[in-house]
Amino acid sequence: MADHAGDHERLDLSRLHHFHGGLKLPECKAAATATPLRTLPVPPRLILPLQQHIGEPARPVVAIGDQVRKGQLIARAEGYVSVPVHASTSGRVTDIGDYPVPHPSGLSAPAIVIDSDGDDTPVAGTPHGDYRSLDPSELRNRIRRAGIVGLGGAGFPTFIKMNPGPHKPVDLLLINGAECEPYISCDDMLMRERPQEVIEGIHILMHALQVGTCVIGVEDNKPEAIAALEQTVAADHRLGDIRVQAIPTLYPSGGEKQLIRILTGREVPSQGLPADIGIVCQNPATVAAVYHAIHRNEPLISRIVTVTGTGVEAPANLEVRIGTPMRHLIEACGGYTPGVDRMLMGGPMMGFALTSDALPVTKTTNCLLATTREELPPPEPPRPCIRCGECVRVCPAQLLPQQLYWFAHARDFDKAQDYNLFDCIECGCCAYVCPSRLPLVQYYRFAKTEIWAQERDRIKADIARQRHESRQERLEREKRERAERLKRKKQAVREGDDNSKQAAIQAALERARARKQTGADSPEKSD
Amino acid sequence: MTGVLGAVLALGLLAAVFGLLLGYAAIRFKVESDPVVDQINAILPQTQCGQCGYAGCRPYAEAIAAGEAEINQCPPGGEAGIRALADLLGRDFVPLNEEEHGEHKGRMVAVIDEQICIGCTLCIQACPVDAILGAAKHMHTVIEEECTGCELCIEPCPVDCIDMVPVPEDINQWRWPSPDERRIDIADRSTASG
Repeated sequence: MADHAGDHERLDLSRLHHFHGGLKLPECKAAATATPLRTLPVPPRLILPLQQHIGEPARPVVAIGDQVRKGQLIARAEGYVSVPVHASTSGRVTDIGDYPVPHPSGLSAPAIVIDSDGDDTPVAGTPHGDYRSLDPSELRNRIRRAGIVGLGGAGFPTFIKMNPGPHKPVDLLLINGAECEPYISCDDMLMRERPQEVIEGIHILMHALQVGTCVIGVEDNKPEAIAALEQTVAADHRLGDIRVQAIPTLYPSGGEKQLIRILTGREVPSQGLPADIGIVCQNPATVAAVYHAIHRNEPLISRIVTVTGTGVEAPANLEVRIGTPMRHLIEACGGYTPGVDRMLMGGPMMGFALTSDALPVTKTTNCLLATTREELPPPEPPRPCIRCGECVRVCPAQLLPQQLYWFAHARDFDKAQDYNLFDCIECGCCAYVCPSRLPLVQYYRFAKTEIWAQERDRIKADIARQRHESRQERLEREKRERAERLKRKKQAVREGDDNSKQAAIQAALERARARKQTGADSPEKSD
Repeated sequence: MTGVLGAVLALGLLAAVFGLLLGYAAIRFKVESDPVVDQINAILPQTQCGQCGYAGCRPYAEAIAAGEAEINQCPPGGEAGIRALADLLGRDFVPLNEEEHGEHKGRMVAVIDEQICIGCTLCIQACPVDAILGAAKHMHTVIEEECTGCELCIEPCPVDCIDMVPVPEDINQWRWPSPDERRIDIADRSTASG
């Protein structure tokens, strides 16, 4: 390990750093971690949305009525920022159409429905034993073909993160096992029960990125996970410096930029990426999915979901197939309690309310939180901002939340952008401490989507302007050309009038003369 | 006396040199068109619908720049457009003049009923952005991507086969509602439950 000392100095991994603000929140994780991880049986019907990631929706490559096998490609990636979708079990495609998807809008989106045949027959394929014989671009391709996206919740295609480009040398792989949001414990359970999958996946990613150092950051409220990982790392004698680092429990230490700050002291630039400062950050579940994709040739067709809250009888962590309707998960956890009021996808800070439990689990479903009114009361009516500044104190992105609030409220989006609205990670700390109970994050989300919509409108307007201008030009040109043609014709007719008459007369005269001459000549000739 | 003459001569010379310099700069760095019109036009939604009372977005922009038109005559631009114009021109925000120019609707596109279309090309001639494809006595169709929803093709159609349909919301274009609008629901709900 001594030969990596230089890296450490450069990276400064010797001590922990602090990020600005943050909150100590009630953890509420014990209920779901009390029982071991369980695997949910394959449900009779699976709904697989074509867009479970950031980017372009995948395009179906199967038709209604087709028989598919577990792990078979059913929709291919469309464009660069996109990943494919695979059948989570074997069965028959019974529908391709719009189905309600878990999304804050409550809208429907295209999905493929598969009725399971109960056999769970996998598609034929040969696993690739030795990842070290594959070069990084081939590994990235395999990760892409396996449909792997960030399983922490954002769903950004993993292969893109693995390709920072030649001008951005990466010197550290960071595994984000902080899992800082209350209630959520799916990564905790994965790290506790399957640490070897995480470590194997890390080795693959280190090879793919050609980095020698990896740090797994885990909040110190997960001693079991830390112990399990440390044990696995200690038993691992391969090259590469993998270390497990406990970090203080403070929300939102699992924010990518915050975790990087804590572990390396480096600051991700405003609107920049971790790769800009030589770091690639991945979630443990994503890393385990990479292991499955490379070692076992299995695409991403299942994930671990935390089902918790006082709204369910027996909270637990379940490994479920992607596309499983959520009510199966609730049933497996003993059903709802009588006082259940709302169900969220994600945690209480960053999650959003679901409209139904018939929605499918997607690649980004990390937690189902069913709550009672006592546990998560409905929002109180907001009162005016008193400019107390509490939000500024807790903001982990060092923004000015109250200023952003005023600008979003006044729809002054340019100003909001000047105050770095897009650096807001929507962690909800500001709204949590706000004494006026202002739904601050809702304002920022509103402002962000409004700015994106304006941008789209502007692009559309630019195209329309161009098309209109070229049409005007064309009409103008056609008019000019028609006028010119007319003028030419008129002129031709006018000039032609004289000329052609003269010419006709001339020609007639010529002909007559010629005839006369031949008439005069011929008798002579005949004579 | 010579001192005065010298001064006058020197100043005269300077004036002539700077005059020439300024004259040259005026020609060399001439600004082609009125940039305010371009800036206004950049804000307008380019539907070319004529609801503002002008023949298109650019004529309306010219009218605003000339002070002949108000900034609240563009229904497709909506409130956001009026705000942007007010910002640009340093005027106060005024709500959309719905009575004279119509109300702000969501994005619409024209759809031709291909069973009824007789291929008369009248709509093609009316479309300001060339978003309708077809030829005489051949069926016409709207290129949805390019349609601005201006409704100018509806009027000329002799068989009434063009409909305006709202563009369905999808999750990628969806916008979070403003909490200011939602506050009403929450208040409603709390009074209902209380």
